[in-house]
Amino acid sequence: MQIPHTTTARPETGLVNAKLGIWLFLASEVMLFGALFSSYILLRVGAPVWPHGAEHLNVPLATLNTIVLITSSVTMVMSWASLMMKNFDRYKLFMGLTILLGLVFLFVKGFEYGGKFSHGLFPRESTFFAIYFTLTGLHGLHVLGGIIVNSYFWGSGSKMWKTEPERFTNRVEVAGLYWHFVDLIWIFLFPTIYLL
Amino acid sequence: MGGTSVGEIKKHVKIYVMVFIALLALTLITVTISSLRLGIAAAVIVALIIAVMKGSLVASYFMHLITEKKVVYLALILTAVFLLALLFLPLTTYYDRIGK
Repeated sequence: MQIPHTTTARPETGLVNAKLGIWLFLASEVMLFGALFSSYILLRVGAPVWPHGAEHLNVPLATLNTIVLITSSVTMVMSWASLMMKNFDRYKLFMGLTILLGLVFLFVKGFEYGGKFSHGLFPRESTFFAIYFTLTGLHGLHVLGGIIVNSYFWGSGSKMWKTEPERFTNRVEVAGLYWHFVDLIWIFLFPTIYLL
Repeated sequence: MGGTSVGEIKKHVKIYVMVFIALLALTLITVTISSLRLGIAAAVIVALIIAVMKGSLVASYFMHLITEKKVVYLALILTAVFLLALLFLPLTTYYDRIGK
């Protein structure tokens, strides 16, 4: 069966279906993270005391992770640009780097969590740690999801380049939109939790 | 970003690199400012302004929002309205002074 509008823009929207689909999905993700940010604001405003993030959290590690994620966004958009320039080898290189940087992010996050656990700091410790683990944990799961999808497009999924290059390029663009969104969430999470 | 020819894409790549440098700079600026420990109101405003700047750069250039179709803008405007309601409506509980 041929799925319609995977490479041609749908006349009503001017977009290929997958692109409209991912934007609507990202809109729902905004509401998911928005609900948690809203909870954070309400909890913080209502708390008699609230610790400064830097007193309890590792700001240098989080700064490193911010740089790692921003860099992975650049490699992701470069992997798409490589496909647009019909350079499959460069695509493989940049997508591989994106996956690697995603893994580095999770490794650093795991190291950070390990440090907290070894000091007996779990979500039950305080409202601050509860919202810290909830927000960073949910974000970490999103990074993991992105790594899985990107790995498929780097590995066996990339066979589509030979048969339907335009459709494959669209797939990578859509995966990229998700990956940049995960970067975007971190850009707001990082100052909110670590720096304020 | 309109064009999709190889020449156009090469121009995009240059923009991506500039955006990357801007994002790195803004990250270092926000971390440095936070270490100054301004008052909470000033700190929140500065951190939010820088985060919005970084977020706009990612959305505009990496996610190509500056040249996206109208239907995407409409969906995002609707999302923004609901997000603002979600963020600020719960705070109205602080104006509920019954029993105090």
